[in-house]
Amino acid sequence: MTRHLLSAADLSLDDATLILDTADELARVSDRPVKKLPTLRGRTVVNLFFEDSTRTRISFEAAAKRLSADVINFSAKGSSVSKGESLKDTALTLEAMGADAVVIRHPASGAPHTLAHSGWIGGSIVNAGDGTHEHPTQALLDAFTMRRHLSTIAGRKVVIVGDVLHSRVARSNVLLLATLGADVTLVAPPTLLPVGVDQWPCTHSYDLDASLVGADVVMMLRVQRERMNAAFFPSVREYSRRYGLDADRMSRLPEHAIVMHPGPMNRGLEITAAVADSDRAVIIEQVTNGVSVRMAVLYLLLGGSDSALGGDL
Amino acid sequence: MTTKNSAEGVLIKGANLLGTDVSDVLVLDGVIAAIGPDAARDAGSDCETVDAYGLVALPGLVDLHTHLREPGREDAETVASGSAAAAVGGFTAVHAMANTDPVADTAGVVEQVWHLGRRAGLCDVHPVGAVTLGLGGSELAELGAMAESAARVRVFSDDGRCVSDAVLMRRALEYVKALDGVVAQHAQEPRLTENAQMNEGSVSAVLGLRGWPAVAEESIIARDVLLAGHVGSRLHVCHVSTAGSVEILRWAKGRGVDVTAEVTPHHLFLTDEHVRTYDPRFKVNPPLRTQEDVDAVRLGLADGTIDAIATDHAPHSLEDKDCEWAAAAMGMVGLETAVGVAAAAMVDTGLLDWAGMADRMSVRPARIGRLAGQGRPLAVGEPANLVLVDPETRYSVDPQSMESRSRNTPYAGVELTARPVATYLRGRLTASEGSAQR
Amino acid sequence: MVRSESSHEAREVLDADDVQRALTRIAHEVLERNKGAHSVVLLGIPSRGVPLAQRLAARIGEVEGRDVPFGSLDITMFRDDLRLRPARGLGRTELPGGGIDDAVVVLVDDVLYSGRTIRAALDALSELGRPQSVQLAVLVDRGHRQFPIRADYVGKNLPTSTRETVQVLVSELDGSDAVLIGGTADDDPADPTREGRGSV
Repeated sequence: MTRHLLSAADLSLDDATLILDTADELARVSDRPVKKLPTLRGRTVVNLFFEDSTRTRISFEAAAKRLSADVINFSAKGSSVSKGESLKDTALTLEAMGADAVVIRHPASGAPHTLAHSGWIGGSIVNAGDGTHEHPTQALLDAFTMRRHLSTIAGRKVVIVGDVLHSRVARSNVLLLATLGADVTLVAPPTLLPVGVDQWPCTHSYDLDASLVGADVVMMLRVQRERMNAAFFPSVREYSRRYGLDADRMSRLPEHAIVMHPGPMNRGLEITAAVADSDRAVIIEQVTNGVSVRMAVLYLLLGGSDSALGGDL
Repeated sequence: MTTKNSAEGVLIKGANLLGTDVSDVLVLDGVIAAIGPDAARDAGSDCETVDAYGLVALPGLVDLHTHLREPGREDAETVASGSAAAAVGGFTAVHAMANTDPVADTAGVVEQVWHLGRRAGLCDVHPVGAVTLGLGGSELAELGAMAESAARVRVFSDDGRCVSDAVLMRRALEYVKALDGVVAQHAQEPRLTENAQMNEGSVSAVLGLRGWPAVAEESIIARDVLLAGHVGSRLHVCHVSTAGSVEILRWAKGRGVDVTAEVTPHHLFLTDEHVRTYDPRFKVNPPLRTQEDVDAVRLGLADGTIDAIATDHAPHSLEDKDCEWAAAAMGMVGLETAVGVAAAAMVDTGLLDWAGMADRMSVRPARIGRLAGQGRPLAVGEPANLVLVDPETRYSVDPQSMESRSRNTPYAGVELTARPVATYLRGRLTASEGSAQR
Repeated sequence: MVRSESSHEAREVLDADDVQRALTRIAHEVLERNKGAHSVVLLGIPSRGVPLAQRLAARIGEVEGRDVPFGSLDITMFRDDLRLRPARGLGRTELPGGGIDDAVVVLVDDVLYSGRTIRAALDALSELGRPQSVQLAVLVDRGHRQFPIRADYVGKNLPTSTRETVQVLVSELDGSDAVLIGGTADDDPADPTREGRGSV
C-alpha cells in the first residue's frame, strides 16, 4: 500500500486505472443537486501551499469538501515561512493539528518526498506540484480528460510542447502516459529539454510541425517570459513562430484531436487565442475534471483503513 | 586493544608495516626508535606494549581538505572537535579550509586557527589561506603575509568558490611561486552551476533538480592546467569528481604540467542514484556523479593521475540538513569514515594495496602541503606519526558515536571493514578505538 | 473478494427456476401493493442487485405494458465500515431520466443480512432526491439483522447460522442463476464481505 501520491511513477497501471474509474463515478456526483458525499467526514485535509496557485488549491479544496472532509488552507507563502519557519516546523504544527492528509505545493523539488519520509508527520502526503519535479494529479486529470474524449489512451499519440525542462506537468505526464500505454513525443527547443531526456519513456523532437502529424492530443505547456532573459530562446516572437500552436497548425491536426493546456495560459505565446477558444480546446474541461480526479485520489488514499493504491490487485 | 600514553615509550608488536612486513616498532620520545627484532630488545621494562597483530601500520594520514568551521560556525565544528574527529580517523595533519567567518585571508586569522590547533593537540592543523579577499574572487589576499606567519601557510584556496576570473587565477598561480605555495582550485564554472543542486544527467532530469554539469568542473580544470603550464606554477585541483577531469589531468601530467589532484572518499564510493531519496545528507559540492565517474576516479587514483584522497570534511548543523533538498547545505562529514570508505573503494577492489593507500593518504598529501614531518617512511629516526588500521573488522557506521560536532554523514548504518584503531602524533596516542585521547 | 474456501461445500438452495419464480412473485407483489407501477422506480444495489432490479423492471413492465424506470445505487461511499477496510473502487450510481423525486423507490438487493447496506442505501438516496416512499426487495433474507430494517418483498426466507455464507449467482454476472449456502469460520454479520454479494 502507498499512503502517499508523490510521483506519477508510483502508480501502476492498475492504480492509475482505479483512480480514473473512480473519478468517472465521482464526476457524476458533480452533476447532482447535492454535490457532497459523507465519505471523509471527520477527516482533516490540509492544503499546504508554499507557492501561489489558486487554481490548484481551490480544486483540491472543492474535492475534499465534496467528500465532507474538514479542510484547512495553510498558505505558507508570505507568512510564517518568510519569517524563517522551516518545512519541518510547519509539518510538526500540522501533525499536532491532526492532519490526515497534507496536500503540498512547494517550490523545491522533492519537498513532498521529504515530508513523506521525514517522520515529521503521519498523514498521507499528496504532491500538488513540487518545483520542477512532478505534479501527479495534473497528469491524472489530463489522462482522465483524454480518456473521456478518445475513450482509450493506449496507443494514442500525445504531443507535449514547450518548456519541458522546467515543467513538472510534463514529467508527470510522461510517466503516467507511459504507464497507460500512450505514445508520447516531447517537442521543445533543445534548450528547454533536460539533459538525460533520452532516458525517459518517450521520444523527443525539435520540430513541432513534423510531430503534429497524426497526433491525437496536443498539450501545450506554459512558457514563462523570463526564460527569454536566460537565453533559453531569442525572443517571444521566434518562440511562438517555431513552437506556438496557432489556427494554421491546429487545422492540420486529425479531426478528433484535442488541444490541452494545464493553465495558466500565455495567450499569444505558446497558444493563440483562436486555438484556446476553439472547440478542439478542452482546457476548461481539464479544470472541471481536476476536482473529480482529486476526489478519487483523496478517497482512495483516505477513504478506507488503508490506501487502495499500490496493492496487489 | 586498549592503549594509553606512556612516558616510557610504546612497543607496537606485530604490526603489518604498510601491509607488507610484520614487525615490532618501538616509539620513544616521539620518534621511531627501532624496527624489527631491535625494537623489543631496546624497549625498557616500563615501556607500554601494544598488541598490533593483524593490524596494518601506516604513516599518520594527512588531509588536504578539511572544514573545521572555526571561527564562525562553532555550532557545526571547532578546531578542537574537528581535530578529535581527525585523530579518530587516523589523521595526524589536516588542512583547515579558509571559508570561515571571518575568512582566513589574513595572517591574523590563519594564526588564530593554527594556535587553536596547537592547543587542541590532537593533530597538526595547517590553515589554508584564502586566495582572494573574503573569497570575493576579485582581489588577491595577502598571501605572503600568511606564508610568513606562524601558520606558515603553503596551500591557498578559495574552496567553496572557484577562482573563476582567469586573470586573477593566473596572478595567484604566479604569485605563490615565490612562497613555495600551491593554489588549490575548487573547479566550478559559476555561470554553468547557478543554483545547481545535483549532477546533471538522467537522474536530475527525473528528479527535477537543477543540474551541475561535469563540464563546469572540467572546463575550469582544463583552463587551469593550461595556465599553470604557461606560467610554470604549481596547481592543485580539489575534489576531482568526473571522468572527464581525470582525462584532462592525465593529459596535463603527460605534458609535464606541475599539477596535483585529490578525490574525496564519497566521490570514490557514492553515485547520484542516492539523490533519488532527496535525503540532504547526499547533497555535496561537487555533487555525487555517475557510476562511470566513480569508476574513472578510482582508476585515476590507482594509476596516480589523482595524487591524494582528501576528505572535504564539511560539518553542518542539524538544521542545515533536516530540511528539503533545495534548502539544505552542501557537504558531508568525512574524517572519521575516510579510511573505511576509501578502503572499500580501493583496497577491497584490488586497485590499491595498503602501501598505495599510505602513499595517497599520507605521503603525497604531505608533499603537496609541504609538511616536513608528515607522510614520512616508517623508518628509524622518523617522527612517530602512525596509524594502526584494522583491515578486517566489520562495523556499521554510527553517527552518534562520532567525535565531530556534526552528524551529517551519508554512511549511517553502512557496513565497512577497515577502521583506524590507534593514532599516534609524534609518539603520543591521540585516538584509540574511535575515541580521541585528549 | 472471492470466497473460494466456502464454495467447495456450498449447496444449492434455490436453482435457476426457483430464482425466476421468486422474481416473478415479487414483481406481482410490487404491482399489487402499489396498485400498479405508476411512479415506481427500481434501484439495484451493485453488484448483484442491479441485474435483479433490471429483471424486476422488465417483468413489471410486461404486466403493465410500458417501460418501468430502473437504475443503480452505489452505496460504497456511505458505508459505516469504510474505515475498517482498505478503500476500494466504486460501483455505479445511475438514476433513470425522471429522477427519484416523488417516486416510489424500490431498492433491490440480493441478500438482506445485517441491514447495514440498506441503511447506507437510505443515506445515499437522500442525497439524490426526495422519494415519496422507499421499499425494499431482496432475493434472500437470511436473518441476523443489526438495524431496524425489514424487507417489503422477499424471494426466500433462508434461516442461516452466522457461520454460513449465502451466495447469490445471477446469469448476467455469473453465467447462471442460483442461491448457494456454504460454511466458513467468520461469523460477523456486519462483515460486508459476507452480505451475500459474490464479489464487491
